[in-house]
Amino acid sequence: MKISPLGDAALLLDFSREGSRAEEILQEVICAAQTLEAERIQGVVEVTPAFQTIGVYLDEQTASLPPEKSLPLLETAIRAAIRKRRSPTWRRRRRVEIPVCFDFELDLARVAERCALPPEKIIEKFLTAKFTVACIGFRPGFPYLRGLPKELRVPRLDSPRPRVPAGAVAFAGEHAGIYPLVSPGGWNVIGRTPQRLFDVTADPPALLAPLDQVRFRRITREEFGTQRE
Amino acid sequence: MKLSILSGGLQSSVQDRGRFGSRKFGVTAGGALDSAALRLCQLLVGNDESAAGIEIGGGRFTFRCENERLLAWQGGNVVATIAGEEIPARRTIRLIPNETVEIRASRPGRAWLALSGGIDVDVVLGSRSTDLAGGFGGANGRFLRDGDVLKLGTETIATKELRGQITQRQSDWSAPLFPLRKERLRVVPGKDWTDEAGSEMQRATFRVSVQSDRMGLRLEGHALSVGTGAGEQVSAPVAPGTVQVPPHGAPIILLADCQTIGGYPQIAHLASVDLADAAQLQPQDEVRLFCVALEDARGWLRKRERDIALFRSGLRARFGY
Repeated sequence: MKISPLGDAALLLDFSREGSRAEEILQEVICAAQTLEAERIQGVVEVTPAFQTIGVYLDEQTASLPPEKSLPLLETAIRAAIRKRRSPTWRRRRRVEIPVCFDFELDLARVAERCALPPEKIIEKFLTAKFTVACIGFRPGFPYLRGLPKELRVPRLDSPRPRVPAGAVAFAGEHAGIYPLVSPGGWNVIGRTPQRLFDVTADPPALLAPLDQVRFRRITREEFGTQRE
Repeated sequence: MKLSILSGGLQSSVQDRGRFGSRKFGVTAGGALDSAALRLCQLLVGNDESAAGIEIGGGRFTFRCENERLLAWQGGNVVATIAGEEIPARRTIRLIPNETVEIRASRPGRAWLALSGGIDVDVVLGSRSTDLAGGFGGANGRFLRDGDVLKLGTETIATKELRGQITQRQSDWSAPLFPLRKERLRVVPGKDWTDEAGSEMQRATFRVSVQSDRMGLRLEGHALSVGTGAGEQVSAPVAPGTVQVPPHGAPIILLADCQTIGGYPQIAHLASVDLADAAQLQPQDEVRLFCVALEDARGWLRKRERDIALFRSGLRARFGY
């Protein structure tokens, strides 16, 4: 695992390496992130995992300490903490079923044409896929989901939509995702979920977390209408 | 306890030092684009440095407090007046009830202001900062508007001591000035730095695009032609100050409201102290980027933190709180 500066007030931990599968690296990243968080190293404000890396953000005091003092100590503390591999106290992995309605216009027809498959086949493949949350990022609560079938891999839109509806279920490249809130978005939207993915009053505020297993369940337009707040 | 906003100016919002601990949920840390400026303003009015104030994006921001308060402000290209009388930046200012304060940018520029008691909006995910993308925090997750009314919190003992020391309008003490360098921003290499790309970046003169906002400054005027050796990559954590290079080559300097992760190559990162300079850059301003050593950047941060600490302890020692 390599530690390098992420500017002058943060560090980047890089777990990528040749020959390891993405899933293995992700497991290591999430375990390390949860362990680091639980360890509460002095001067570390927060720990943010991504697919192969972790951002470790420092407070101004620690970031500005003379490097001979602070960096080696911090690196040692980080490596020691990660070696402990404490069982995650953050939260346990969950299996989550997300209801999705495909009866909206959006990009389904275009994706079907691009993949040379009828829309119903696209939906079928999407519903039978088993997804794993790889990362939460881009927007509050937005999950990057791994497990999109190869046949459904299409590039993102040439120009992003300025406004994607809240609950939009979409994919591009290797990943599927769900836009929790209205936002700009460049992915291909095939459906919408009434499920809330982000709630500031909840603890934690994001419904999904890395390594959660996600599957989608089809609902009708009527069910979508009644489930939305 | 009320603060009435008569005119909200351009892109003004309630901000504090930032929202920490929720990046892993995809929530930006946000906060004042020049957090050092806001912290000094908070100290000047006797608040804790983590209290919430107002970031003024530009235009004309006018307000009135229904009771007696202390005010402090700081910014670039900005003039603050009370009934036509100019009030200086970086000092503690006494407000009498219901007088109108106007903060106006002579040309586009940002400013920060603090009021004793702090802006008392709900704490959401540990912070009072406005999260525009998420639509929460601050004043209902949006920019301030004409007619908004905000609550101010309870004043501290420190505030009362400070007020007692001001006989007329303003204090004889002032917060330290951290001079701006504006057009010459200092960067340290990022994970995707190559000497070739870095050289090209340092030779270029960029201009700030109108497509810039609290999430980042888009630079135009030169597209980096030399790749950083990587196309779009696996998304990785970013930070305010990260300089990204999208495929079209025009760099983006991320600011406080940036997303938590990004897939564009990260060529460099602004020295943290130069985020204050970036916060003042406006569309059409010229920018050049210069590479410095990490140890120098951390040294400047150390000096700034020391100056803020000295100011904080100086006030306490002088006024006994």
